[in-house]
Amino acid sequence: MSKLISLTGNDAAAHALRQSRPDVAAAYPITPQTELMHKFAEFVANGQVDTDMILVESEHSAMSAAIGSSAAGARTFTATSANGMALMWEMLYIAASSRLPIVMPEVNRALSGPINIHCDHSDTMGARDAGWIQLFCENSQEAYDTTIQAFRIAEHPDVLLPVMICYDGFIISHTNEPVAMLDDAVVAKFVGEYTPARKLLDVDNPYTFGPLDLPEWYFEHKRQQIEAMRKAPAIIEAVGKEFGALSGRTYEFMEGYRMEDAEVVLVALGSTCGTAREAVDVVRESGIKAGLLKLRAFRPFPIARVRSALSKARVVGVFDRSVSFGIEGGPLYHEVRSSLYGGTTPVLPFVYGLGGRDIRVEQIAQAYRTLDEAAKRGVKERDVEFIGLRDA
Amino acid sequence: MQGGSLLYKVPYLRLESRVGVRFMAEKMVEIRWHARGGQGAKTAATLVAAVALEEGKYSQGFPDYGPEREGAPMRGYTRISDRPVQVHSAVYTPDIVVVLDATLLDSVNVTEGLKEGGIVLLNTPEDPKTVRAKMGLKNAKLYTVNATQISIDEIGRPIPNTPMMGALMKVMPVLKLETILADVEKKFKSKGERIVQGNFRAIRRAFEEVKEG
Repeated sequence: MSKLISLTGNDAAAHALRQSRPDVAAAYPITPQTELMHKFAEFVANGQVDTDMILVESEHSAMSAAIGSSAAGARTFTATSANGMALMWEMLYIAASSRLPIVMPEVNRALSGPINIHCDHSDTMGARDAGWIQLFCENSQEAYDTTIQAFRIAEHPDVLLPVMICYDGFIISHTNEPVAMLDDAVVAKFVGEYTPARKLLDVDNPYTFGPLDLPEWYFEHKRQQIEAMRKAPAIIEAVGKEFGALSGRTYEFMEGYRMEDAEVVLVALGSTCGTAREAVDVVRESGIKAGLLKLRAFRPFPIARVRSALSKARVVGVFDRSVSFGIEGGPLYHEVRSSLYGGTTPVLPFVYGLGGRDIRVEQIAQAYRTLDEAAKRGVKERDVEFIGLRDA
Repeated sequence: MQGGSLLYKVPYLRLESRVGVRFMAEKMVEIRWHARGGQGAKTAATLVAAVALEEGKYSQGFPDYGPEREGAPMRGYTRISDRPVQVHSAVYTPDIVVVLDATLLDSVNVTEGLKEGGIVLLNTPEDPKTVRAKMGLKNAKLYTVNATQISIDEIGRPIPNTPMMGALMKVMPVLKLETILADVEKKFKSKGERIVQGNFRAIRRAFEEVKEG
C-alpha cells in the first residue's frame, strides 16, 4: 500500500495535474478553485513541472486560450467553478465541438444569485449538453485519480472530447483527507505523451479548426460528436480498469453499496455518497433493505447500466444537488427516471444541499425511511421533497 | 460495481492505543474547533488531521467557510478514526470542543451537541473551576490553558492555534507530541527558524501548563 498523505481535494488534483505533465495551463481564479491553481502555479514556479502558465483576464479567455493551445497540439488544462464556468459558456461548446481533449477540474459551487461560494451542482449540470464528459468524485482520492484518468480518456483517438472533473467545493476541495499518490514516473507512463493526429501547427498536414459550418455539413459534424460520446463509455471503462491494475483502485461507471439484495435504493453523486453509505448501514439495522448507487459519470450517462443496477429495486430515490426550474426534481432524477422508462419501479425526487446546505447521515436515513413508506403505500409519483429546508 | 472509493481499497490500519483509554479502537473521535477568523483554527483543524494520519489513523480536517472576516466567529472540524472516514458533513456531536477564544462563550453555544463525558478545552487565563462555574458545565471534562499569553511570550503574536494543539495532545493522548512538532516544523519552515522554535516552545509549554478541573 502506498503511503497515505493528508491532502485537500484541490491539492490532490494539483498533484495529479503536475504528474500528468501538461504543456499549457490557462486559468483565472475563482473560489473554491483558487487553491488548486495556486498549488499548481507553485509547482510551475518551483520547476516541478514544465507547463506554460497563461494568466488570463477572465474565464472566457481561459477557455479560449485552452482551445487555441489544444488545437495547436498541446496537452492543455484549465480549472474553474460556478460563475467562472458560466462565463466560459460559449467556449465550452466550441472546445467540445472542435474535439479538443481539454481537461478541466470543475470545483462544484452554486451559481449566483444570490451570490454563494459553497457547493451545489448547478454549475456543471447546466453544462450537461455542452458536449463535455463529466465525471464526479466522492473524495480527495477520487479527485486525484480521476484527474489522471481524464487525460487518457480525453486524448483517446476514439473520443477526443474535453473532460470535466467535478468535485464538491469546500466539502472536497478544502477538506484534508488521506490520499495515496502514485509515483511521478508511474503517472507519466500511464498518461503517456500526447501526440494528436490533427493539429493546427502542422504545415505538412494543414487542418482548419473552428470554421464556418453551414447547413450543408453542421449536422454531420454534430453527429460525429454524438458518436464520439457513444464511444466514450468503453474508453472510460478501459482506462478505469487499467488505472486499477496500476493503483489497486479500479474505476467503473458506478459503484454500488449493499446493492446485492437492496430494495430501497438511493442514487447520488459526489461527496454525499460517503455520508449516504453510513445512512444505509443505519437503516439496515432497522430492517430496511437499503442500498446506494453512486454514479461517477453523468455524461455520458450510463442508461443501460443504471437500468440493470436498479432492476431489483422496489423503490428508487434520486438525490439532486441542483434544480431544474419548472419541472419536479433535478437533472439526475430525470436521467434516472428515463433509464427506468417502461418499468413499474417508482422513482421519487429529492433535492438537497443547495448553496452548501449541509447534508447529514440522519437526513439521508430519513429519506430511506420515506422511500420505504412510499413503496409500502404504493406511491408512484409525487412532487420533489426538499431535505434540510427551513420552515419559512 | 466496485469503484474507486478509498473505503474498499485500503486495508484498515490498526490503532495503537496509548494512555488515552477513552479513545479506544473502533471509535471515531470528532473535534470541533471554535475560534475567530485569524486565530489559526483552520491550520489547527487540518494539521491535527495530518498528524493523526501520520500516526496510522484515518482522518479528516476542514474549516467551515463563512464570510472570512478577521475576528468573526468560525468553526473547524477534525475527525480521527480507525476506519476510513467517509461521512462528509459538519460535526454536530463532538467528543472534544476546542475553544481558541474565550470571548466566544458570550455569543456562541460552544458545547452544543457535546457528547456526554466529552471534553472542553478552552484558551483562557482563568482556572478551570471558575470557568466551569461560569459556563454551568456538567457531564463534561474541562481543561484550560492560557494559550494567548503563551503565544505572545513564545511567538511574539497572539495566535493561539499551535499552543492549543499542544494542549490538545495532552488531553487526547492518542496523538504524539513529537509528530505534531515535526508537522509544525514542515508547515512553518518557510517562515524561518525563529518562528519554528517559538511554536515548538509554545506547544511544549501548553502541553505542560494545561489544567484540568
